[in-house]
Parts: sequence; structure tokens; C-alpha cells
Amino acid sequence: MANVALEKQKAGSLNPIERVIGFIKKYGWGYAFVIPSLSTFSVFILAPVVWSFIISFQDYRLRGDPTWVGLDNYVAAFNSQNGKFTVFGLELEGGVFLQALFNTLYYTLLTVTANIFIGLLLAAMIQPLGKYAQTFFRAAYYLPAVTSSIIIALVWRWMFNSQWGFLNFLLKLVGLGPVYWLSDPDIALNSVTLSTILTVPATAVVLFSAAMGSVPKDYYEAAELEGAGPLRKWWSITLPLIKSTTLYLVVLYTISSFEIFDRVFILVPTGVGNSTQFIVTQIYQSGFQQGRLGVAAAEAFILFAIIASVAVVQFRFLRTDVEY
Amino acid sequence: MATTATKLGVVQARPPRRWKWGRFWLWVALISTTIISLFPMYWLFVTAVTPTKDTIKTPPDLFPFSASFDNFERLFARAKDYWQWALNSLTVCLSITFFHLIFDTLSGYAFAKKRFPGRNFMFAIILSTLMIPVQVTLVPTYIVARNLGLIDNLWAVILPGTADVFGIFLMRQYIQTLPTELEEAARIDGCSEPGVFWRIILPLSKPALGALAIFTFVRFWNSFLWPLIVLQKSRNYTLPVGVASLRDVQEAGSVDYGVIFAGAALAALPMVIFFLIFQRYFLEGVRVGALKG
Repeated sequence: MANVALEKQKAGSLNPIERVIGFIKKYGWGYAFVIPSLSTFSVFILAPVVWSFIISFQDYRLRGDPTWVGLDNYVAAFNSQNGKFTVFGLELEGGVFLQALFNTLYYTLLTVTANIFIGLLLAAMIQPLGKYAQTFFRAAYYLPAVTSSIIIALVWRWMFNSQWGFLNFLLKLVGLGPVYWLSDPDIALNSVTLSTILTVPATAVVLFSAAMGSVPKDYYEAAELEGAGPLRKWWSITLPLIKSTTLYLVVLYTISSFEIFDRVFILVPTGVGNSTQFIVTQIYQSGFQQGRLGVAAAEAFILFAIIASVAVVQFRFLRTDVEY
Repeated sequence: MATTATKLGVVQARPPRRWKWGRFWLWVALISTTIISLFPMYWLFVTAVTPTKDTIKTPPDLFPFSASFDNFERLFARAKDYWQWALNSLTVCLSITFFHLIFDTLSGYAFAKKRFPGRNFMFAIILSTLMIPVQVTLVPTYIVARNLGLIDNLWAVILPGTADVFGIFLMRQYIQTLPTELEEAARIDGCSEPGVFWRIILPLSKPALGALAIFTFVRFWNSFLWPLIVLQKSRNYTLPVGVASLRDVQEAGSVDYGVIFAGAALAALPMVIFFLIFQRYFLEGVRVGALKG
């Protein structure tokens, strides 16, 4: 106590320069250690985000000076000039970007639901196994996830091939098909979605099974004493206790689904009409193929807004105060 | 005692036959999902060693009956830059990983153990960038790269890769668990601050550094959109961009799946081996919360 008082007294009597030197001596190394990381973040993320926001209000092309266009880029994204778009077979007025938004939402809804559900199911299934069997299955599910999404998509493209592909071969065995998986505009979006759903959600399995493993055993024993069956135990004990993991995974998968690009770039490179346009394929096309950088920036900010609001809503709904 | 008795009671209460069938169906479900999960990988390697003429037939060969390395020869004849792509990928990933090993440990250490005004605020800012989709920064980063003449230059891929949250978060979490007494002791013995970092923190962080190195390497080995935009000449491609450029390789009027798959399989192989060796680190890293997949 006395020391602190003494130091305060000393600090008060120091002149500004000595005070700065004292501050640097005390905290300098802390700042020095974070400066490299902080500067890369400022230069490569924070500054570009601000600049991108400015560009989104400009007509910015690679040649010539940018001109201010107000909200035109945002309006252009939703404009009806470039024709119609279809939602569940319904033709509506609107641009390609609206179609891309709808497709992305559709894809996200289906894949996130499937990923969480399959992840839960598989994690629950490997739970009763021994340690080595668990490790084996986790590794088997995880292996495709370390491979580049480009490579996995190339394999799917071959499996979807209408003439020689594996899926049509399976259909033929039961007397169906052929299905034009990637060239029929009514099917292509579903094929892209299917290829994601049939890829085991490795992260979900690993995280769910870790979360399930850390639920205290005596909870289950207490429930058994009360006469609860396995389903009841799962519903009333396991699910509530792994809620924070579920939340994390829902947000993670939602963000990565909204950012779908690699898979589409390989599966349907030129797109099947507008039926396989997604938000990021639109950003890529308007910005880096058509050179309309302002429009691309605006579209990226629409994506940002959607992701941020979805994440906030999901946190609200799924937030958990359970501690164990 | 009481719990053992209950456990026994429950097991006995179940009819043994039904229990066995439950196990049986469990294994059927597990094995079939494993097959679905691994099939694309299997198919990748099988098609890579199957001559193209045998890939286009019904029914397809499920086993590589006529295996040959013919596809690889044609791959190298067609994609002359293939090894250059691999070298580029290696250069990019090693540079980025090297950067993160040092600087993430430094800032992770500062965020975990040092006290200074603004620390929590800075950490919050760094964490909040997780919410920002990379697509938002594409346009300005591209303009800067262009103005600096870095288009088609590997630096354009390496530099933005140095801003990545995961490593900082991982190292902070890990260094928080290290005992502070060791640093104190070193300081009393007259060790300077960089010395504490170099002699105490860095050696103690070895396990976390392993996970960090593996994760960073794999993330950037597989990254695609930014290299695709900024690398334009074939010689400068990284592997994913190069492999994607093989997408429509044709031979006598039809798509040459043999060559495409040879290229893809060769690109996938290092990661598969890497994973099988360091599997534990990967799964540990996922638990800290990183890879999307």
C-alpha cells in the first residue's frame, strides 16, 4: 500500500518527459510485442474495409478516375433492369444479384441444417465406442476436409457427369435416370447443395463429440435413477449442455455457406443460366471479370451486412447461460 | 457403490437381443457414413491411375484393374508448370507460416501476460475481424496490389496472409496456461524482455507452435479465391489455382479426366500424408476452433 502511494506521489512530481519514459518502461514491451500483428491487421483488413466501403459508393473501374454515384451500386444490385429471377418456379422481377441472394439463402438453409443434424447424429453414434474406434471415425470423417475444396469439387463434377458419372450409374442400377445434374437449370442448384450435404461435416463431428464427452457422467446416472430412457437423456441432458457448441457451429457453417465459391467455380464454371449464381460468384464476376469494382464492393458489403445480422440473430436465439 | 448397482440394473433391464441389434445397426450406419465420407477421396486416387479410356465406360471400374501411371506422364506433358505450382504453393505457405509462428507468439504472449492500456480493446478489434468476410477486402487489396505492381507476384498472396486471427487466438489461449513464476524468475536473474520471450515463452510453447504451424500451412495451402484473382500467368499459379485451370483439359474432343485427376490427386497427396501423420494436432486444432469444413 505504502509503495503505491509513494509511486503515485513520485509520478505526480515528475515532468511530462519523465512520465512518458516511465510509461514506455512500464508498458513499452507489451506494445512492441503486439505491433507486428496489429499493423498487419490494420493494413490488410481494417484499412481495406474502410476503403471498400468508400469504393462501394463510387463508379470505380481499373481505368479512369472514380466518380461518386451515391447508392447506385447498391440499387443496381437489386435493380430489375437485368430481367427476371425465379424462386421455387415463380418468376419475379429482379436482377441476377437477387437470384444469387436467393440461391445462397436456399443453399445455406439446407446445408447448415443438414450439417448440424448429421454432425449431431454421427457424434452421438461414435460416443459409446472405445477410444481407438472414436479416433478412427473422427479421422475418417475429417480426412476429406484437409483436402482442397477445389479437388473435392473436381471429384464431384465427375460423379455428377451425366454420361459416365457415378451417380447416374447408381440410378441406372435401379432403372432410373439419366439425370442432368449440372446442366439442367432446375436441378443444378440442388446438385451443388447435395454435394455439400454428402460431405460429412467433419468439424461438427469433432466438436460435438468433444462436447458430449465433457458432459458429467453423474447427470446421466441421476437421470437413469429417475427412469429416463436413452432418448429422453439425450434430449433433456445432452442437447441443452452442448448448446454453446451448437451455436458456434451454426454460426461457423452459416458464414462458410454464405461464402460458397470454390465448389461452384469448379462444378458449374459458366453457370447454368442464373440458377447457380451465388453472392461471391457475383462479386467475382462484377469485380474481376467485368471490372466494375464499385459494384463488387457494394455486393461484398451486402454480404457483410447479411452475415453480421445473421450471426447476431443466431447469438440471440441460441445463447446459453448453462455452465458445467 | 450405488451407481454401479444402478448401471447393472439398467443393463439387465434391457432385453439382451435388442441391445445386440442396436449395436449391429450402429456399426452399419457408422461404416456406411465412413464409406460415403471417404468415397470421393478413394475415387480421386483410383481415377488418377486409371487410363482415360477406362474412365469413360459404364459400369465404371470401382477398383483400378488397369492401373498405370500413364496419366501422370500426360499431366506433366500438358501442365509444364506443375512443379512450379507446387513450388509456389510451398513458398507461399512456408513464408506465411514462418511469419505467424513468430508474430502470433509475440502478440499472443502480450495479450496473455502483459498488462498495458488498450490491451483488451486491441484484442477485441482483432477478434472482431473474424466477422468480416474476406470478400469485403478483395477490391481494395486488389487495387493496391495493382498499383504496387504486385499482380502475378507471390508477395501479393503472402502479405495479406499475415493478417489471420486464428494463430493469435490459439497462442494467447495456450500461453495463458503457462506458469508466470518462470518468467519472474528469469527477470530476477537479469533476463531482458526479449530474452524472456526467446528463452522461456518460445520453448514452452512448442506443442502449440506445432498445431499453429500445421494449421496455418493447411489453410493457405488450400486457399483459392485470392490467388485466383491476383495470379494470372500459369507460371505463377499456386497448386489449387493450377489444378482448377486443368478443369477442362480435353483429349480428342472429350474431357480428359485421367489428366485432371492425376493433377488433383498429386496435389491432394501431401495433405493426406500430412494429416495421417499429424492427425492428433489437426483434431486438437479444430477443437480450439479454426478450420471450416
